[in-house]
Amino acid sequence: MSTGMTITEKLLANAAGKDTVRPGEFVTCKLDVVMANDITAPIAIEQFYKMGGERVFDADKVVLVADHSTPNKDIRAAEIVKGMREFAREQELTHFLEAGCGGIEHIILPDMGLVLPGDVVIGADSHTCTYGALGAFSTGVGSSDAGAAMATGETWLRVPATLKFVIEGELNRWAGGKDIILYTIGQIGVDGALYGAMEFAGSTIEALPMAGRFTICNMVIEAGGKSGIIAPDEEVLEFVRDRAQRDFTCLAGDADADYEAVYEWSAADIEPQVSFPHLPENARGISEVGEIRIDQAVVGACTNGRLEDLRAAADVLEGRKVADGVRCIIIPGSQQIHLEATREGLVETFLEAGCLVSTPTCGPCLGGHMGVLAAGEKAVATTNRNFIGRMGHPESEVYLAGPPIAAASAVAGRICSPDELCAG
Amino acid sequence: MIARGRAHKYGDHVDTDAIIPARHLDTTDPAEMATHCMEDVDADFVSRAQAGDMIVAGKNFGCGSSREHAPIAIKAAGISCVIAAGFARIFYRNSFNIGLPIIEQADAAAAINDGDEVEVDLENGLIRDLTSGEEWAFAALTGPVAELIEVGGLVELTRRKLGAES
Ligand code: SF4
Repeated sequence: MSTGMTITEKLLANAAGKDTVRPGEFVTCKLDVVMANDITAPIAIEQFYKMGGERVFDADKVVLVADHSTPNKDIRAAEIVKGMREFAREQELTHFLEAGCGGIEHIILPDMGLVLPGDVVIGADSHTCTYGALGAFSTGVGSSDAGAAMATGETWLRVPATLKFVIEGELNRWAGGKDIILYTIGQIGVDGALYGAMEFAGSTIEALPMAGRFTICNMVIEAGGKSGIIAPDEEVLEFVRDRAQRDFTCLAGDADADYEAVYEWSAADIEPQVSFPHLPENARGISEVGEIRIDQAVVGACTNGRLEDLRAAADVLEGRKVADGVRCIIIPGSQQIHLEATREGLVETFLEAGCLVSTPTCGPCLGGHMGVLAAGEKAVATTNRNFIGRMGHPESEVYLAGPPIAAASAVAGRICSPDELCAG
Repeated sequence: MIARGRAHKYGDHVDTDAIIPARHLDTTDPAEMATHCMEDVDADFVSRAQAGDMIVAGKNFGCGSSREHAPIAIKAAGISCVIAAGFARIFYRNSFNIGLPIIEQADAAAAINDGDEVEVDLENGLIRDLTSGEEWAFAALTGPVAELIEVGGLVELTRRKLGAES
C-alpha cells in the first residue's frame, strides 16, 4: 500500500491533528465553520440547549443563513427566522444572514470569504459539499450534528475513500460545470459515490471558472458522495485573494495517493445534459431529449444562481421573448449578485424578455414558494434535484439542466438547445 | 431491545422529499412531522402504520437532503426500525443521532414482503420474518456509532462531553 494521501485525507488529517489518516478511519476534526439554515437551524438550536450548550464555540465560525423561505413566506417561516435572529443576537454571532444582506447559503459563504482553502466545514444542509471547489473539506450533516458542533467546535467523521474523475479536453458550446456533473451522475448513478469523496481533475476542470467548479461540487451529494474536491489552483487563489480575512492553506494530493476508482471522461462526449424525472441520474444529452413541452423554467439555486449563470441565461434571452404560457423565473443567488446583475443590465434583459426576477431565495428549488408547480406541470430548472414533488405537486415534473438550456427552453416552450433558436 | 411489527416495503432511492416533503419542514414538533410521513409516495402509510412496524427498503434509503425531520418523522410515526439494502450517509448519521435504529441487511431487505410480520433483535443482530420463517444476521455496530447507541444518541453524548470539559 502506498503512503501518499489524497487532498481529502490531508484535509481531515490536519483537522484531526494527525500525520496520516486512511479511508474508513474515524477521526474527530476541529471545524472552521458550522452552518445551519432556516430549515435545519430550529432543531439544531433546540439540540444545542438540550445538550447543555451555553455559548457557541466561536461566534465568528457559527453561521446562520435564512434562505429557504426568504423573504419569509408565511407566519411559520417568520417565526422560525425570528428564533434564529434571537439566537444569533444572544450568542453575538458575527454572521446571521437573512433577506436583504444574504442570499443562498452555498453561494454566499464562499462569496463572503467565510470558507477558504484548507478548511474543514460542516453544514446542516446536504449541499454543503459545494465548498470543495475551494479546496476545503465540507459536508452536509443533520441538525443534531450541527447543534453539537456549534457547542464543541468539532465533529466525528469517517475518512472517505476518494474516487477520482479526470476530464480532458474542451467542452462543447453551451456545456459547463452543470453538464459535467449531470453526465458524471448519469454514468455512475445516484449512489455511485456513496460515502466517497469525489475529486475532479484534468484539463477541462483546470480551464473551468469557479462558478462551474462550485456547480460540480454542489451536486456530488446527488451521487451519494460525502464531499467533492478540486485541487486549489491560480483560479481559486484569484477568487479568495480579496475575500479572505484569515490565513488559508492550499493542499495538493500526493502522486502516490490511493484512489478507490479512477474514471476518465472526454469533454467532447459531454453534450449539454438534461436529467429526466425523478432522479438526477436520468441524464441524457440534449440531442436525445425529444419533445418535452414545459410550463416553467427556473434559473437559480445554489447550483446555478451565480453571476456567470445569469450572464449565460441573459445571452440566450437577449432580444428574445419567453414563449406564451411559460413562466421563466430568474433568481440571483445573493443580494450582491442581484445588484451586479442589475448594474450589468442583465435584469433589464430578463424583464424585457418576459421573465420574472425574484429576490434571492431557495424558493421553488424545494417547492417552497416563488414558483411552485401544479399537478401535471413540467419545469426545466437549473436546480439540483428532480425527486417526486420536489418543486411542488407530486404529479409535477422537474428536468435538470444548465442555464443556457433552461433559458432556450423558456423561449421555445419546450426543452431545447440555444442552437435551435438560432436556426429557427 | 426486540422490536416486532409489520413490514412496509419500498424500493430503491427513497429520498428525504418522499419521507417528508419540504412543505412540512416548518415545525420542530415530531408528532406533526409524523402525520406527513411518506405522504407523497404512499398516502395511506400514516393510517396503516402501527407502533413497532418496520420500514423495509432497497438501496440508498434516505438520499437527498440533510433534513433530520426525515428520521424524526419515521420514528414519531411509530416505526421501530428501518431495514434496507443501504442508506444514504447523512440519513444514516442522523438516524443514530436521534435514536432511530437502522439496519443494513440487503438479503433481508430483498426477501421480506410487504405486510410480513417481522421481529428484530437489535442486541443480538438478528432479523426474523415470522411470516416466511426466514432469518438473517446483521453485524454489530462499531466506532462512534456504537458509542452513540450506547449512550442513547448525540444529545446525551454531547452533554457528557460538555460536562466533562466544564
Ligand atoms: S437552493 Fe435548493 S438545493 Fe440549494 S440550499 Fe436552497 S433548497 Fe437546498
